[in-house]
Amino acid sequence: MTGHTPSANEKAIFTRTKGLTDTAFTYCAGCMHGIVHRLVAESLEELDVLGKTIGIAPVGCSVTATNFFNCDMLQASHGRAAAAATGVKRVNPDNIVFSYQGDGDLAAIGTAESVHAAARGEHITVIFINNAIYGMTGGQMAPTTMPGQITQTSPYGRIIAQDGYPLRVVEMLATLDGVAYAERVTVDTPKNIRTAKRAIRKAFEYQRDKVGYTIIEVLCTCPTNWGLNPLESADWMRENMFPYYPLGVYRDVKAEGYANIVDAAAALLEEQTAAEAERQAAEAAKEAAKVAAKGGGE
Amino acid sequence: MTQPQREAKRLMKGNEAVAEAAIRAGCRTYFGYPITPQNELAAYMSKRMPQVDGVFVQAESETGAINMVYGAAAAGARVLTSSSSPGVALKAEGISYLAAADLPSVIINIQRGGPGLGTIQPSQGDYFMSTKAPGHGDFKCLVYAPSTVQEMADMVGDAFEKADEYLMPAIILSDGLLGQMMEPVALPPIKDPADCPQHDWALTGTRGKRAPQEVNSLRLYPEQLEATNNERYAMYDRIKAKEQQAEMYRTDDADIIVVAYGASARTAKSAVDLARDAGVRAGMVRPLLVWPFPDDALDSLITGGTAKGFLTVEMSMGQMVEDVQLLVNGRLPIDSFNRTGGLVPEPKAIAERIEKLYKQTAEGGN
Ligand SMILES: Cc1ncc(C[n+]2csc(CCOP(=O)(O)OP(=O)(O)O)c2C)c(N)n1
Ligand code: SF4
Ligand SMILES: [Mg+2]
Repeated sequence: MTGHTPSANEKAIFTRTKGLTDTAFTYCAGCMHGIVHRLVAESLEELDVLGKTIGIAPVGCSVTATNFFNCDMLQASHGRAAAAATGVKRVNPDNIVFSYQGDGDLAAIGTAESVHAAARGEHITVIFINNAIYGMTGGQMAPTTMPGQITQTSPYGRIIAQDGYPLRVVEMLATLDGVAYAERVTVDTPKNIRTAKRAIRKAFEYQRDKVGYTIIEVLCTCPTNWGLNPLESADWMRENMFPYYPLGVYRDVKAEGYANIVDAAAALLEEQTAAEAERQAAEAAKEAAKVAAKGGGE
Repeated sequence: MTQPQREAKRLMKGNEAVAEAAIRAGCRTYFGYPITPQNELAAYMSKRMPQVDGVFVQAESETGAINMVYGAAAAGARVLTSSSSPGVALKAEGISYLAAADLPSVIINIQRGGPGLGTIQPSQGDYFMSTKAPGHGDFKCLVYAPSTVQEMADMVGDAFEKADEYLMPAIILSDGLLGQMMEPVALPPIKDPADCPQHDWALTGTRGKRAPQEVNSLRLYPEQLEATNNERYAMYDRIKAKEQQAEMYRTDDADIIVVAYGASARTAKSAVDLARDAGVRAGMVRPLLVWPFPDDALDSLITGGTAKGFLTVEMSMGQMVEDVQLLVNGRLPIDSFNRTGGLVPEPKAIAERIEKLYKQTAEGGN
C-alpha cells in the first residue's frame, strides 16, 4: 500500500488514510472489521482529530486494533471499554475517545458498563461490531446470535426457550436521555459503506461538539465462525440479521431539533410533566363528576 | 522520605482523613461505588472533588470503578478508588490489568468480615487477597497497613508516590474500625497536582508532536510475556530490598515477639505492655507494609536477637501468620491469636497467650 509516489503524469485519486498505521490487518479474509477500521480512521483524519484521539480496544478479535489505528490506543479488559473510556475522557475532556467493541463484549459481559456510560451521557463514541457471534474465542453463541443459529455453544441452533432472545442494542440505548446519536449501519455494499461512513463521522462530530454519547452499531459478518465464504456470509447477514436488526437512525437529538442531550432531556421531561398534569387533572375531574353525580342522587 | 510539614491536629474519621489526604497528595480523580463501612470516603470525595476541579464518578459497580481507574491512570492521572472487601474482590480483574499495563493507582480497602456478605464489622480477612492474589496472574501490589487515622492520612500520600515511582498499583489495607473511628490527625501538606510526576507514556493524544503510543496488557508471544514477568519480578526484588517498613516496639530484649498490623496491632501493643507488667519480656513487630513483608526486621530478631517465639495477632482466621511461618521456617515456635466476625482481640486475652507461649518456650529450653 505504501511507497508509490505518483509520477508527473499520474494523479493520486485514492490514498491510504493517515488514520491507519502501515501494519497489515490480521483479520480473516472477508471479515468486515477491516472495512469498519478504515471508516473510523478516515473520519478521524477528515475531522483532523487524530492527534487528540484515544481509542479503546477491549478483548475480542479487534483487541489487536491497538496496532492498526494511528492514534493513542488503550487495550481494555473484556467488556469494560466504556468504563475505561469514561476514565480517559473525564481526565482530559477535550480528547476524542472511542471504544471499538464486539457484541459479546458490549452486550453480554459489558452490558452494565455500556448502559451506564450511555445513561451518564459520557462524551464518547462507541463503535459496536455486531457479528452475532463470539469471534475471537472460536464462534460461541453471543447475546446477538440469531434464533436457530448454530454456534459452538448452540449446536442445535439458538433455542429461544433456553437461551432467550437476541439483544437489540441501539434500540435499547436510544431510550436513554444520555444518548445523542444511535444508528445501526452495515458495510456489505458500497452504498451501505457510504451510509456507515457518514454515521461514524457524524458520531465523532457530535462528540467533538459535546452533543452527548454516540453509538454506531455495525452489522458485520464473521465468515470464519459462520462457516460460510465472504459472499455467502453477506447473504446470510442480509437474510437473517437485517429483519431482526433493522438499519437506521434510532436517536439523533440534533435532527430532533435539540442542541444536545441536556436540552433534549429537559424537553422530554417537560412534555412528560405536562402529560402527567393533564392526566391528574382528568382524573380529578372524573372524581369530582362522580361525587357530583352521587350528591345529586341524595 | 522528607518529613511533611504538619498542620494543627483536627478530629477526623479515618474514612474522611484518608480522602482529604489523597486530595492533598495531588489526587484529582476518584471513582467509587457505595459499600459500608467505607461510605464516608466516597461521600467526602463527592463533596470535595468539585471544589478542587477534580473528577468524582459514582460508577455502576466496583468493576466499572476500577476500569475507570484504569482509563484515568492510562491518561496519566493520579487516581484513587475505594471500597470494602466484597467490592475489592470485584476490582480484582482491573487490578490485574493495572499491574499488567504498569499503571500507578491507589486502591483503599476498608475491610469488613467475610466470606460472602459476611458482616459490615471490621476484619483483616483480605490479607491473602491483598498480598498474595489481588487478581489473576503473576503480580504484586504495594500494600500499606495503617493502624491509626494519622497513618491512614500519611500512607495514602506515600502510596501515590511509590505507585508512581514503581508504576504499579498500591493498596491501603485498612478496616472498618479505622475507617469509622475518629482520632486527632495532622493533615499532610497540600501538593499541587502539577507537581505530581508527569508520565511520557500517558495517553493524551499525540498532539502531532510524537508517535502514537499504546497502553496494553496483552503479551501474545510466550517469550515476550515471560520476559515482562521476569522484569517485573526483578523490580519486586528491588522493592523487597528497599521498601520494607516495620515499627519495632520493645523488641530489643524481647523473648516473645508479637506480630500484628493495622487495627489489631493497637490492642496487641497494649498486650505487650500487660505481659511486661506480668514479668514476660514481650515486644511487637508491626509491619507498616504487609507487601513487601518486613522479613528483615523479623529475621534480625532471630539471628542476633533474643526472640524465643512469635505470636501473630489478626482479625482473621490466620493469614499473615503464613508469612511469619515462611520467614521463621521452623526455627522458633509460632502461635496465632485470631478473632473474626468483627470482634477485636482483647489485650488481656492476648497477654495471656503471650505468657502461655513464654512458658512453653522456657520449658522447651530446659
Ligand atoms: C473476563 C473474560 N472472559 C472471557 C474472555 C474470553 N473472550 C475473549 S474474546 C471473547 C468474545 C469476543 O466476542 P465479541 O466481543 O463478540 O468480539 P468478536 O471477536 O466477535 O469481534 C471472549 C468471551 C476474556 N478474555 N475475558
Ligand atoms: S474470527 Fe470472525 S470476527 Fe474474527 S477476524 Fe475472523 S472473521 Fe473477523
Ligand atoms: Mg462478536
